[in-house]
Amino acid sequence: MAKIVVDVMLKPEILDPQGVAVSAALPRLGFTFAKSVRQGKRFEIEVDGEPTPAQLAEVEKAAEKLLANPVIETFTVRVEK
Amino acid sequence: MKVGVVTFPGTLDDRDAARAATHAGTTAVSLWHNDADLKSVDAVILPGGFSYGDYLRCGAISRFAPVMEKIIDAANGGMPLLGICNGFQVLCEAHLLPGALTRNHELHFLCRDQKLEITNNQTAWTSSYKVGQEIVIPLKNGEGSFQCDDATLAALEGEGRIVARYVGENPNGSRNKIAGITNERGNVVGLMPHPEHAIDPLTGPTADGLAFFTSVLNAMVK
Repeated sequence: MAKIVVDVMLKPEILDPQGVAVSAALPRLGFTFAKSVRQGKRFEIEVDGEPTPAQLAEVEKAAEKLLANPVIETFTVRVEK
Repeated sequence: MKVGVVTFPGTLDDRDAARAATHAGTTAVSLWHNDADLKSVDAVILPGGFSYGDYLRCGAISRFAPVMEKIIDAANGGMPLLGICNGFQVLCEAHLLPGALTRNHELHFLCRDQKLEITNNQTAWTSSYKVGQEIVIPLKNGEGSFQCDDATLAALEGEGRIVARYVGENPNGSRNKIAGITNERGNVVGLMPHPEHAIDPLTGPTADGLAFFTSVLNAMVK
């Protein structure tokens, strides 16, 4: 079933101490691939049937108002099959 | 004079805030997050704690509690409103104050006595202090790093809206060592450290925090 996915990330200019901590932990475990790590949030929203454009517009509004804080975060809304 | 103290589910410091208000000579009135009216209070304190478990973002869910609608209206009309710690986070989420509080830069939850410099005594909550006065009150939070964009920071600095700054090492990565800010009108103040825990040397490190609560009394009497 399709779901609506909202990804929320801190804006690039906002320090992400959790991402920095993860990035510092990786090489300690022998993983040396990461130049940097940013940590975000993912919301999976189920609706009845296929998401409609109207529902996606509502989700955009909800993301702007509640799921993300536009002062420090950006978000994307998409449908995942 | 009646000072409302809001309790959200997960609020911790409502009793100390009420005690501080009482100690300062005002009458503390409990407000519940689900209240639809403000019980004719003259000022409101949003105390510290972990409202709604800090779920989503600190203060993000409390900001939409029924009592907040009334508080936002009243604050826009000039009612004195102080947000301490989690209360500061709520004020930022409610866009009554600019910016946001994010995770401390070293990731640690900090709990210690903190020296601050009062940098604005023209607000409803700081008129009993002198500009440049140093005070020591407890700081205890995990997400106390004040962040905003460069334009907002320049406006806060230019308009003298930074109410208090950390003295010494920056404890949490806040921009320009900001510990507290005010709105343009000076009736809304957000502060990360806890003046309500320092109103009486018997129970706190100092009594330096009491003047926040006597300030609002003076502001109302004037």
